[in-house]
Order: sequence, then C-alpha cells, then structure tokens
Amino acid sequence: MSSIKLKAAAKGDVVEVKALMTHPMETGQRKDKKTGELVPAHFIQDIIVTAGDKTILTAKWGGSVSKNPYLAFNYAGKAGDKVKLAWTDNKGEKDSAEADVA
Amino acid sequence: MKRRTFLQGTLAASAAGLAVSAGLLTPRMVMAEGGAFDAKTLDDALKAMAVAPTDSADIKIKAPEIAENGAVVPVTVTSGVAGTTEISILVDGNPTPLAAMFILGEGTQPEASTRIKMGKTANVIAIAKAGDKAYTAKQEVKVTIGGCGG
Repeated sequence: MSSIKLKAAAKGDVVEVKALMTHPMETGQRKDKKTGELVPAHFIQDIIVTAGDKTILTAKWGGSVSKNPYLAFNYAGKAGDKVKLAWTDNKGEKDSAEADVA
Repeated sequence: MKRRTFLQGTLAASAAGLAVSAGLLTPRMVMAEGGAFDAKTLDDALKAMAVAPTDSADIKIKAPEIAENGAVVPVTVTSGVAGTTEISILVDGNPTPLAAMFILGEGTQPEASTRIKMGKTANVIAIAKAGDKAYTAKQEVKVTIGGCGG
C-alpha cells in the first residue's frame, strides 16, 4: 500500500509533477481534545523527487505543511521519464512511489 | 537521519560557518536537527537559514486573500530571479515560521506549490535563493478559522 498519489504529465518539454501524500502532519503543538495532552509531532521532513537518476527536487518540510500534503512543480523533461518520490518523516518512517511521465 | 544531517551540512556549511564566526548563530542552533524549522520567530528562522533577503517584485506568491480554513492554505511561489536554486515558504504568525523549503534540481522551474497551515491571520513570506543572494516577497492571508488549534 502506498500512501502517495503521484502524477506526472508532459506538456511539450516540460513535465508537471503532482503528488498527494497521506500523512497526519502533526506539529507537536496540538492538544488532544479528550485527554488535553499534546499530540506528538509526526510530519514529513524530507522529500526527494528524481527523474531517472537526476534529482529534480529536494524538499524539507516542517510541521506547518497541511495534513495529507500536496506538492506540485514543473521540470524540463519528457514523456517516458520515470519520476520517483520518496519521503522520510521525523520518526524515520519512509515511503515512496514511482510514476511514468504520460 | 544521517542523510538529512549530511544534506544540511553540505548546503548550510559555508553560510552557517560564516554566520557562526560573525556571532549571528549560536552553535546549538546550527547543530540542532532542522534548526531553521525549530526557530520560533521569523528573525530566528532567517538567521538559521543564514539569509538576509531583499524585497523583490520578481517573487510572486499565489495564496488566497481570505482563507476560511487555516488548516489548508494553498500557496504557490514563483521566482522570476534568474538562477534561483531554492524556494522557501514561511508564515510570520505561526509558532514555527518556516513551513517548507524546496531545493531545485537542474532544469526544475523556480515554482513550487503546496498547502500549509496558518494559525491566524498573518503574512505568507516567500524567499528565493539565487547564488549567494536571497530575495523575498510577502502576502497577507486573513484566516477565519485557525489551523493550529486543538
């Protein structure tokens, strides 16, 4: 089961990459309504997006990126490229997804 | 964790080293995991990022004027500055202002979109790094329901 929806579509020589990840993105500052205790921080910290063997984007995030985070950007590429997105969160959990550029 | 430390080390080493010797940063801030992300004020975040950005009309922020839900505020930052290598998004009213940093690969366009949380009405601040210079722009977003409350 992957927690990542990854789409990459070429328009001419530019590829638009869109990703939607499933993650709670807890800041560590929110209190549980029932217990009144702080919910521990749990958020994606590092994202690396590659096309083939080239790194096209590295993202570093804090807890103030929204829950189930969204990411979109464009790079110079072409249909048939293999785009891979991998994230690591502050607890060391990891996930990744791959998509062929359409 | 090792990779993160390594990346931060290589990216921040020269700038942070200068900042340390200039007394801008305490060593603890540099050593702290994700120092800039832990910073509690905008000034501290900028110091930890080792940038002193100048205002620029070439940095464009696309964000709503009014966000009904502060938990999900869509933001797109576009840099018109040639040679932009890094785009950061900060919110001056959040408990930890730095939200996201995007390091662009070769051939990646200087634009990034994501969704961020805003605790209250505040400025969304974009910073673009090009070479050893940094440029910034800001836009106020009015938040009717905060995104950081319990």
